[in-house]
Amino acid sequence: MQEAELQTDGFADDTKKLLTRDQFLNAYRIALLIRRFEEKVGQLYSTGFIGGFCHLYIGEEAVATGITMNLRSGDKVITSYRDHGYMLALGIDPRSVMAELTGRATGCSRGKGGSMHMYSREKNFYGGCGIVGAQVPLGVGLAFANRYRGTDEVAITCFGDGANNQGQVYESYNLASLHKLPCVFVIENNHYGMGTSVERSSASHNLYKNGEPWGIPGLQVDGMDVAAVHAAVKQAVTYCREGKGPYLLEMMTYRYRGHSMSDPAKYRTREEVDHVRKTHDPIEHIKNILLEDGEKENTLQTIDDEIKAIVNDAAEFAQTSPEPEAQELYTNVVLEA
Amino acid sequence: MATEVLMPALSPTMTEGKLVRWVKKEGDKVAIGDVLAEVETDKATMDVEAVNEGILGRLLVQAGQSVPVNTPIAVLVAQGEKVPDHVSSTPSSTPSPTLSPSDKITQPQNAPASTVSAHSVVDSFQQIAAEDVEKDWGETEEMTVRDALDEALATELERDPDVFLMGEEVARYQGAYKVSHGLLQKFGEKRIIDTPITEQGFTGMAVGAAFAGLKPIVEFMTMNFAMQAIDQIVNSAAKTLYMSGGQIGCPIVFRGPNGAAARVAAQHSQCYASWYAHVPGLKVVAPWSSADAKGLLRAAIRDPNPVIFLENEILYGHKFPCPVDKDFILPIGKAKVERVGKDVTLVGFSIAVTIAMEAAEALAKEGIEAEVINLRSLRPIDTATIIQSVLKTNRVVTIEEGWPFAGIGAEIAAQVMEHAFDWLDAPPARVAGADVPMPYAANLEKLALPCSEEVVKTVKNLM
Repeated sequence: MQEAELQTDGFADDTKKLLTRDQFLNAYRIALLIRRFEEKVGQLYSTGFIGGFCHLYIGEEAVATGITMNLRSGDKVITSYRDHGYMLALGIDPRSVMAELTGRATGCSRGKGGSMHMYSREKNFYGGCGIVGAQVPLGVGLAFANRYRGTDEVAITCFGDGANNQGQVYESYNLASLHKLPCVFVIENNHYGMGTSVERSSASHNLYKNGEPWGIPGLQVDGMDVAAVHAAVKQAVTYCREGKGPYLLEMMTYRYRGHSMSDPAKYRTREEVDHVRKTHDPIEHIKNILLEDGEKENTLQTIDDEIKAIVNDAAEFAQTSPEPEAQELYTNVVLEA
Repeated sequence: MATEVLMPALSPTMTEGKLVRWVKKEGDKVAIGDVLAEVETDKATMDVEAVNEGILGRLLVQAGQSVPVNTPIAVLVAQGEKVPDHVSSTPSSTPSPTLSPSDKITQPQNAPASTVSAHSVVDSFQQIAAEDVEKDWGETEEMTVRDALDEALATELERDPDVFLMGEEVARYQGAYKVSHGLLQKFGEKRIIDTPITEQGFTGMAVGAAFAGLKPIVEFMTMNFAMQAIDQIVNSAAKTLYMSGGQIGCPIVFRGPNGAAARVAAQHSQCYASWYAHVPGLKVVAPWSSADAKGLLRAAIRDPNPVIFLENEILYGHKFPCPVDKDFILPIGKAKVERVGKDVTLVGFSIAVTIAMEAAEALAKEGIEAEVINLRSLRPIDTATIIQSVLKTNRVVTIEEGWPFAGIGAEIAAQVMEHAFDWLDAPPARVAGADVPMPYAANLEKLALPCSEEVVKTVKNLM
C-alpha cells in the first residue's frame, strides 16, 4: 500500500479480501447513494434550483465511504467545501442535505449555509469549510478537544491536494504532532486543485510524506478502492486511539466532474476522465467484487432502485419545501449570553 | 416519453447561453454523460452533457443562437418515439424556479429604529438607559489592570474545567506581559498551554476546540499578530453559528494588547477595534479600568460567542479601584458614564477614556462640563447611553487611537445623526489617530496619537 499510485489500469487484487460481503454491500449502498445524489444535484443546478458554488463528489465516493465505515459515535469529521458526500456517508438525511442545496428552511443549515456549509452536531460533522485549508487547524482543534476530555475519539481532517499547499496545513502538522493529538489527516488527492495539477502546484509529489519532518507516519492509498481506504483508515484510527499522535493518509482519487459546476474543464482531456471512469470506477469495482463473490444481480438492482427512490424523494422534498422565513435573516448570528 | 433538454445554468451568474455548436445531431443516440453541445456562458465555453438517455429527436436551437437559461434546446425521445407536435423551435419562456425575494425586514437593534419621530427618540432612549442602571458592587480595592485580568482568568479557570488558556509564552514565561502570571503553577500544563509562534495554526486549533464545546482563551502576544489568523477569527469563529443554522457555536475569547504601545513603530502599533466591530457574529469589548478588565473578561469567558477582548499595554500597570466582591461581573454591551456633564459628550474606549477624563478635567477649569462615556463594548455598542447623553449635551466628540476612516468614531457619529440629529448644536467631531502608519520618532509618534489637548481644542471649536 505504501507506494501505490493511482492505478489507472484496474485495481489491486489483494484488497478484495479486506472486507466482508456485508461490508461491501454497505459500502456499495453508501457510495451509490452519493453518486446518484450528486448526479441529481448536477441536474438541479443546471435547472436553477441550486445556485452559487457547487462542488460534486462524483468519482471520489470510496474515500468518504471507507472513512466513515471506521468511525464510532464521538469521532469527529471535518472537510472542505466538497462536503455532500460526507454528509450522506455519515447517515444524515438526504432530504435535509438536498434542501440545504436548494436553500430551503428544511435544509440541514436552515438554508443559510448552502453547498459548502453543511454541518451535523448530532453526527459530529463540523463542515463544510469554504476556505481552502482552513479546516485543517480546525480539525486539529477537534482532536485537541477529544484529548482534553480524555477520550480515545479521533478527528478525521480531510482536505484536497490544492489545500495541501496552504501554510496552515504545516502549522497543523506541527501542532498535532507536538501535542500527540488523535488527528487523521486525509489528503484527497484528486490530482487537480481547481484546474492546476499537483505536478504544477506542489514541489513535493508524495504528499503522504509531507508529515515526516514532524514524525507523522503517512500512507498512500488507492482512494478509488473502498477496501484499501477502509484498511488504511482503520490502521490510522487505531494508531490515534492508542495515543500515538496524528497520522497522514493520501487518498489517490479522481473527480469526474469539474472542480465546481462552472468548470470549463480545459485543463484535462475528456479521454483522461473517460479512462479513469472505465478502468477505475470505485462503484463498479465494489459491484464487480460483489458479483464475483456470488452476490445476485437482483440484490444490487434492488439497492439501485431503493437509492433512486431516496434521491428522487430528496429532490422532490428540496424543491417543494418553503424558503426560510424572512425573520430567519437575523437569527443564529449570536447566541444569547 | 419525450424529455426536453434545457439550456443549463453553468455558473452562479449565468442568465443566458450561446449555443456554440452541436456535438450530436438529430437522430443520434445519447447516453448519460455524453456531450451534446458546447455552450458559451458568461465565463467560459463549456460542454453540455446529457442527464437522460434517449435519441436526439429534434434540435430546437441552432448553433450561434443565444437563449435564456432553462429554455428547451432539444428534445430527447425513446427508440421509435416521434417528437410531439407541440414542440417547436420557438424558444418558450420557462419560469425560473428561483422564488421571489423575501419581503424586506427590519434589522433588530439594541437601539430604537431610526425612523421613529423625534419625541419618541427621547422617550425610548431614556427608557432603555433607565432600565440599565449598573449594580453597585460595594467595596473596592486599588488594583492594576494586569492583576485584574490575571484574577479574572484564575477565577474563570477555577469555575469551569472546560476553560483553558493558550498562546505564546503564557505558561512558563508567565505571560509576555505577565498577565497570566502564576496560572501555570495553579492550573498545570493541560490548561495553560504554550504555543509555538504559529498564529493561524493555533487560532484555528482553538476555534476547532470551541466548536467541540471547549472554552478556549487565546492570548495574542499583541493583537497585531492576530492578523495572521484573522481568517480563522472571521470566517471560522464568527460565521459558523450562522452557516450551520445554529448548530455549531464557538465559545472563545481572543485577547491581547491592542493599539499603540510606545516607540514600537507601525507593525506593532495599531488599533483593531473597528476591524472586528464590523463583523456580525463577534462581540468586541475594550476595557479601560481594572473593574472593566475584570468584570468584562469574566463575562467574555462565560459568553457562548466569540469575543474579541482588546487590552492596552500601557494600561496594564495602571491602578484603578476594583470591586472585591467575588461575584463581580459586568455585562457586555453596556457603556459606563465615567463623569457626568451637561455641555458636551466625550465618547471613548480603552486608553482613550484616560484622554477624555484628562480633557474633561481641563475643560472644567474653563467652565465647560463634559460628560465622559467609557464604551466598554464596541459590538454590541451601547447606542442608548450615547444618545441619552447627547440629548442632554447636544454635542459629541469621539476619541480613539485608531485611524479615523471608517473607525469607531465614524460609526458613533452616524448613530448620533440617525437618532438625535435634531438635538445636535454642532456636527459630531472625531479625535483619532493620524491617518498614517505609526512612526518611530518620539515626536512624530506623539503627533500621531490623540491627546487631551487636541480633545480640548476640538470641544472648544464646537461650543
